[in-house]
Amino acid sequence: MSLLQAERYEGQQTAGATAPAAIKVERLVRRFGDVTAVDEVDLEIRRGEIYGFLGPNGAGKSTTVRVLCTLLSPTAGRAVVAGYDVATRPEQVRLRIGVALQEAALDPKQTGIELLRLQGRLYGLSRAEIRRRLTDLGQLIDIGDALGRPIGTYSGGMKRRLDLAAALIHNPEVLFLDEPTSGLDPVSRARMWDEVRRLNTELGMTIFLTTQYLEEADELAGRVGIIDGGRLVAEGSPAQLKRSVGSDLIVAQVDGRAEAARRAVEPLAGVRGVEVRGEEMIVTTFDGAATIGAVAVALASVTPVRHLTLRTPSLDDVFLEYTGNHFTGGQLADDHLRQAGPDGSARQQRDLVGVRS
Amino acid sequence: MTSLSITTTGPHDRAAIHARPAPALRDVISIAGRALRAVPREPEAIIPPVFIALFFFVVNIGTLQHLTQSHIKGFDFKAFMLPTAILLGVTGVSRAGSLVTDIQDGYLDRLLLTPVRRLAILVGHMAADVAVACALMVPIIGLALGLGVRPQAGPVGIALFLLMGCLWSLAFAGFGYAIALKTGNPAAVNSSFLLFFPFLFMTSSYVPRSQLSGWLNVIATWNPVTYVLEGLRSLVTFGWQWAALGKAALAIAAVGVLSMSLCLAALRGRTRRG
Repeated sequence: MSLLQAERYEGQQTAGATAPAAIKVERLVRRFGDVTAVDEVDLEIRRGEIYGFLGPNGAGKSTTVRVLCTLLSPTAGRAVVAGYDVATRPEQVRLRIGVALQEAALDPKQTGIELLRLQGRLYGLSRAEIRRRLTDLGQLIDIGDALGRPIGTYSGGMKRRLDLAAALIHNPEVLFLDEPTSGLDPVSRARMWDEVRRLNTELGMTIFLTTQYLEEADELAGRVGIIDGGRLVAEGSPAQLKRSVGSDLIVAQVDGRAEAARRAVEPLAGVRGVEVRGEEMIVTTFDGAATIGAVAVALASVTPVRHLTLRTPSLDDVFLEYTGNHFTGGQLADDHLRQAGPDGSARQQRDLVGVRS
Repeated sequence: MTSLSITTTGPHDRAAIHARPAPALRDVISIAGRALRAVPREPEAIIPPVFIALFFFVVNIGTLQHLTQSHIKGFDFKAFMLPTAILLGVTGVSRAGSLVTDIQDGYLDRLLLTPVRRLAILVGHMAADVAVACALMVPIIGLALGLGVRPQAGPVGIALFLLMGCLWSLAFAGFGYAIALKTGNPAAVNSSFLLFFPFLFMTSSYVPRSQLSGWLNVIATWNPVTYVLEGLRSLVTFGWQWAALGKAALAIAAVGVLSMSLCLAALRGRTRRG
């Protein structure tokens, strides 16, 4: 866990340590005919926390959000949001939540200002209150004169910011962001991340964030839940989840003879485990820097090595550990972000050694 | 790059602005306002019905006026055709197609996420439809007046004529909304107007009921549109005929109750399953 992440998680914990849960879900089930989209999910999210809900397409993320937002009724189980049961008191829940759904649901023929005013009116705000909120949100929207133009003329980033502003017009207690950066370019994603952090730190807003971007969950969330096939398969802070996989990972791309490579590496001192998937070999070790030299030598003795990388475990490794599959959703965009992160630096992956034969 | 910073109210003064349920009337006005603002942005939804109504009004008069007036003593075909043109113009004019777009684009979800009353979403759209239907009738009535039609019930009769046209439009629009909410399919909504065709033409739309052949007369007798047409015609041709107006009101009410029942059931289904 980076220092920044550690501070963030502790801050989020402190904010909600004594307060009742902002979201509490017990054995939640949602079925569509014979298909079980959400299967006995339990969640407890403290007030002031950013919770990342991670999973590939079709894992059940959006269905869970739609139940928590009162758009879908649960088939079984119970969900309480902002102190009210979503099934029995949905009108109270709606007053207290803001939602930016996966696809920015905007009317292309409306102007931005018309959308925001309508949202304000539907939340019962007076004209003066709407004016004040528009002023408050002005910098967030940050689209200047375009606010008076039809939304159909907006770029993807402008639509997302407008969508977020619409979700915030009534000062919600809990904010649901369903894949808020899906389809955005890296710069727009980074700006959105800044906003999410600021909403959490400055306003103490509880944020439930679904994403298929590992990097996003890692950057923003104090805790992450991994959902796969409708079931919550792992939960914890990103650091806890990564620790559960192992300390360091040495990843080798070999040209065939992977099993022979495994046999060569497994007996080495410091090696905890070796996993082979095709021509990729993943070595788990407590001290990567001390072990990688021996691993490189051992591998070179049995097979050509195309690439050797030492890195800390990522959420992808966590996902692989708990689901048996690599995380594919959003991976390309993640890789792109890793290459040029929001601050221009490559962050998570440390290519300490690159051996090409 | 422009720096971003939120100046939203902090936790300490969040209570100053908070969501609360809006009054029901405000919900309806808000939804209707959005629907009405969309009308001039979608002229393609408004121009065809007016054009069709005006076109058939003029063409039918040109084609059938001499024939009918020479066979039926004292018959004013232009006055007779005005209600037909009105029903042709206002029937099927609704925002149901836009509601389908809202469903497909997720905008309906946006509305459903707010505390707005579910019924207000429907009523708001329908209120906008009534306003549009009223506006659509003006050029048709204006043309009729220009062609020499003089409504016998006078200005108050014209007002009632407009009201009945609006209520009919509303009653029929319910079918479109029911289909929109049930299917979320624009093609299905567009085809709802086809429902109206047999009702409009298997009735006294071109000649009085007494001139219809046997089987068509029987169907026309059971067709509620017949009574709507006859009620409207009574205001134009004869003045205040309460029996005809009462039957027209009953016909509109019957169709309205049926369509709104279907509509409310579809709304319940849509909001329940999400």
